Amino acid sequence: MYNWLTDCVFYVAAALLVVSSLLVITSRNPVRSVLFLVLCFFCSSILWMLLEAEFLALVLIFVYVGAVMTLFLFVVMMLHIDLEKLKTNFVRYLPIGALIVLGMIGLMGYIIAPEHFSLLAPAHHGADYSNIKELGTALYTHYVYPFELAAVILIVAIISAISLAHRGPRGRKSQDVPSQLNIQRNDRVRLVDVPAEKKE
Amino acid sequence: MNFVIPDVVPAIPEIFMLAMTCIVLLSGLFLQRRYPSLPYMLSLLALVGAVVLTVALYKHTTEITFHNSYIIDHIGSILKVTILGTCFFVFLYCRRYVADRNILNTEFYVLCLFSVLGMMVLVSAYSFISLYLGLEIFSLPLYALIALQRDAARSAEAAMKYFIMGAVASGMLLYGLSMIYGATKSVDIAVVSQVLTSVPASQNLILVFGLVFVVVGVAFKLGGAPFHMWVPDVYEGAPSAVTLFIATAPKIAAFAMAVRLLVDMMPLYQVEWQHMLIVVALVSMAIGNFVAIVQTNLKRMLAYSSIAHMGYMSLGLLSGNAQGYSAASFYIIVYTIMSLGAFGMVTILSGKGFEMETINDYKGLNSRNPWLAFIMLLLMFSMAGVPPIAGFFAKLGVIESLVEAHLVWLAVLALVFAIIGAYYYLRVVKVMYFDAPEHQSRIDTTSMDTRIAISANGLFILVLGIFPGIIFNLCKAAF
Repeated sequence: MYNWLTDCVFYVAAALLVVSSLLVITSRNPVRSVLFLVLCFFCSSILWMLLEAEFLALVLIFVYVGAVMTLFLFVVMMLHIDLEKLKTNFVRYLPIGALIVLGMIGLMGYIIAPEHFSLLAPAHHGADYSNIKELGTALYTHYVYPFELAAVILIVAIISAISLAHRGPRGRKSQDVPSQLNIQRNDRVRLVDVPAEKKE
Repeated sequence: MNFVIPDVVPAIPEIFMLAMTCIVLLSGLFLQRRYPSLPYMLSLLALVGAVVLTVALYKHTTEITFHNSYIIDHIGSILKVTILGTCFFVFLYCRRYVADRNILNTEFYVLCLFSVLGMMVLVSAYSFISLYLGLEIFSLPLYALIALQRDAARSAEAAMKYFIMGAVASGMLLYGLSMIYGATKSVDIAVVSQVLTSVPASQNLILVFGLVFVVVGVAFKLGGAPFHMWVPDVYEGAPSAVTLFIATAPKIAAFAMAVRLLVDMMPLYQVEWQHMLIVVALVSMAIGNFVAIVQTNLKRMLAYSSIAHMGYMSLGLLSGNAQGYSAASFYIIVYTIMSLGAFGMVTILSGKGFEMETINDYKGLNSRNPWLAFIMLLLMFSMAGVPPIAGFFAKLGVIESLVEAHLVWLAVLALVFAIIGAYYYLRVVKVMYFDAPEHQSRIDTTSMDTRIAISANGLFILVLGIFPGIIFNLCKAAF
């Protein structure tokens, strides 16, 4: 079934995706970069929608755009990175970088042509087809091992982040009795030789 | 949809490790005040238990479970036991180091154990998804471990560099795997290798294209040139205890990844990946051996030497026959034991407030502590490939397999590089034995358990050189 509207939406979203991802890395203002990344995610969620992966498309918007990118924006605004300093060698490396990128694009354009993948369009499902149900069934049965492993990654990430950021209980005004008892006179009292001034 | 509950028995070592790691974490949180060394003891117990379980569950047959995500076979069991044993020795070596410095005790052990768990998952991975997840579980704690000494700016820099390298490696690997998935429409290594036998010619190009990225990802993780860029910086900048860990066990995991992706999955594309690995091996041997000569920092020198060793190891892989694969696995095991000893020496000699990391620090080590100097001599000779120590047989096996594969020119070049490399290992020996010490004080900073451990490590290298069959036969049976 040929649907020109679907094609139209696809090409618009895909073009927008490419343009916005280019802008993510080229825009001078980091806040603008983050906003373009949001646009990127939005366009890719449209592409997923076209593939009838509604759940993933919505999760991409809810989780990435709604939560992760907001957080990102906070961090970028708080850090106040001096981007001009980061880009000092931008022009110097531009020619060789551009050359490599052009070569790569040419190569990839040649290799990743549709005829090299014997791809078929995904089957269309009816309105009663539940995306979430299929996903859940696959996730908790066939992919239960990777699913558990992903949980381990989350634990590792939490532990790593806390062990890097946590510097012991600082704010408490509790008293450390052993260290109070172990204190030496020299730690607390400093005798300063003040040169006495002669009275005229 | 009918669902069969997968057989969890082969994965019991991993499950045990995960449970024990969580117990260590909790013990550190609630009981460390009362029993300060409890997390350390429990970590050692976890490793011993996992070794026992891995050996006990070993069967002579290959078993695949969790819907083609998990495989347990001979090579997997060998590599897992090596990883666990390595981590055991790492803990023995760095207990004092970690305690002396401003490094969080429990977190250090917990993160190491998580990393080991990831390596076990990676070794047993038989689908792209579990392979990638294993890779991330083992890399993620390493980034944090490097930065764990939080006040050291150079550790933070090393962590950042290691993180960027790891991220690029993951990206490359995923890109390559997605290409292979696109052509074969499966993420299971078993299925992919089957589909590849009947792949139409039009898809050939795309598979080779994916393969390039897979090889790049593997080479990044192995730390081979030309993807080595920041490896020496990371090894130098990380605290010695962490360098000890990242220079040993992850190499075995990366080797396992290479075996799963190249040998198990794409044996039909052996000619293609052979050419890529020849480049990696040659450049690694050249850069590793030449640049190591001018280093004054021992950790940095050993980092370049590890790059060179990865070159030798890939010689075994690229020869493409069963003999080569077993030689490569023997090489990686011997390399791990050697660098465990060498970095372990750096770690245990570094006392409170000073690091024994420049080569000049080792001046006259013989007069300061003759036994440790002798162990270091064994390790350096082994790395240089002096007979009759294990490093010699490792190199011999690899070169033999090259000759078998009619790559005599490569074998000759490998020998030339090995001779060049002997210089900087022997220089360390010369400094230890023939130079006057800068400090006269005897080095007795090591405690009894670390002294036994480092002696066992060094002597094992010697015993393995005299009877290489102990491990070599195990590796031979695996392929």
